Amino acid sequence: MITVVLPAHLRTIAGVSGDVQLDVPPPVTQRSILDALEARYPALQGTVRDHVTKQRRAFVRFFACQEDLSHESPDAPLPDAVASGTEPFLIVGAIAGG
Amino acid sequence: MSKVRVLVGTRKGAFILESDGKRQKWDVSGPHFAGWELYHLKGSPADPNRLYASQSSGWFGQMIQRSSDGGKTWEPVDNKFVYDGVPGTHKWYDGTPHPWEFKRVWHLEPSLTDPETVYAGVEDAALFRTVDGGKSWQELPGMRGHGTGSGWQPGAGGLGLHTIILDPKNPQRIFIAISAAGAFRTDDAGVTWKAINQGLRSEYIPDPTAEVGHCVHHVAMHPSRPNTLFMQKHWDVLRSDNAGDLWKDVTGNLPDDDGKRGFGFVIDVHAHEPETIYVVPIKSDSQHFPHEGKLRVYRSKTGGNEWEPLTKGLPQQDCYVNVLRDAMAVDSLDSCGVYFGTTGGQVYASPDAGDSWAPIVRDLPAVLSVEVQTLA
Repeated sequence: MITVVLPAHLRTIAGVSGDVQLDVPPPVTQRSILDALEARYPALQGTVRDHVTKQRRAFVRFFACQEDLSHESPDAPLPDAVASGTEPFLIVGAIAGG
Repeated sequence: MSKVRVLVGTRKGAFILESDGKRQKWDVSGPHFAGWELYHLKGSPADPNRLYASQSSGWFGQMIQRSSDGGKTWEPVDNKFVYDGVPGTHKWYDGTPHPWEFKRVWHLEPSLTDPETVYAGVEDAALFRTVDGGKSWQELPGMRGHGTGSGWQPGAGGLGLHTIILDPKNPQRIFIAISAAGAFRTDDAGVTWKAINQGLRSEYIPDPTAEVGHCVHHVAMHPSRPNTLFMQKHWDVLRSDNAGDLWKDVTGNLPDDDGKRGFGFVIDVHAHEPETIYVVPIKSDSQHFPHEGKLRVYRSKTGGNEWEPLTKGLPQQDCYVNVLRDAMAVDSLDSCGVYFGTTGGQVYASPDAGDSWAPIVRDLPAVLSVEVQTLA
């Protein structure tokens, strides 16, 4: 199982109180995680990535294993620790504005 | 006894204010959607407990929320606003072509007769509609596809379609307004549109009387007279008595502003007196606060030209807030109530048609919109 950590606003939208566990078939990538996340919680569609282009929203970041993976290809395999569920995949609202 | 429900959208959430018909004591609930921008909330005239809210965020984009119990609980509905066909371009600030990009919903206008049908005015300017209570949205592409669309240019706040007025006597007719393109009308339920800007004069565009390019801030109509429209433009207050085909200036004696007059954002009409209208003059066009630090609503009982300042209960010194375009509304009780919200977080109410005012709340986040429901 993959562990996804959502920012507080998206936990509210999804109606969850903690981390999200997702069953994601390999290869585990940003795209496959987000596909599974949006399938489980349709209200999150459009909040992390664009509905049509599927591009990450500008002020959203993807972190894992102490790395910023935001600019990696959405189809690049994520670290084994994420795929095995030992490390979470973090969706983060970037620090911006006041 | 009648009740009044005031729906307030702010920079950091929504608030719902309720009172009985005396409108003296208010219950405040909120913030709903804390931390999100609520550009607009509005209730269905056909089912007052059905509310729709536009919730947006620079981080997470657009959400649409729906309530079926007067705002006690909410559920997210579809937030997918996709332009019909190939979007094309409009004009960017520097004059170059710029692709049409959805940014947010500025205004939600529920149908007068069907709680499941709602119109949404969005940035970049387009008109969308749902007929299933928000489960899906479709563009009415004839609006954005108006022949002048490629030449529309955003105002400082963006290319927003901010005003939607449904004609209660003619379901085929809708009025909309866009900053900074102007006002438009459809007479075939949104298939084709006509620019209705004749009579407007805007010195800040190369051709002051151009067909489009005018920075219309807001338009209001009394439901008993759908052919009469009142407009607050970037400068000037105007009226039309032929459904927008021709406008005439009714700025009249509004406060002098270095030789010009009539800047402001809001305009609204008394619930029972179709020739009584309200504006809040704002010093501008860059200062965006009340003249002389005095917050004054101006009322005309003659449909414009002759205006009186209404000051009782409003701050008359050191007041430097703004009142944004969707932040004024009226109730329909016997003595018409008038309401407006400020960027300083106050919501003022007048239970006597503007003669006197008092704040309902005074420390909310900056107010973006105010709507009022009069409940049986």
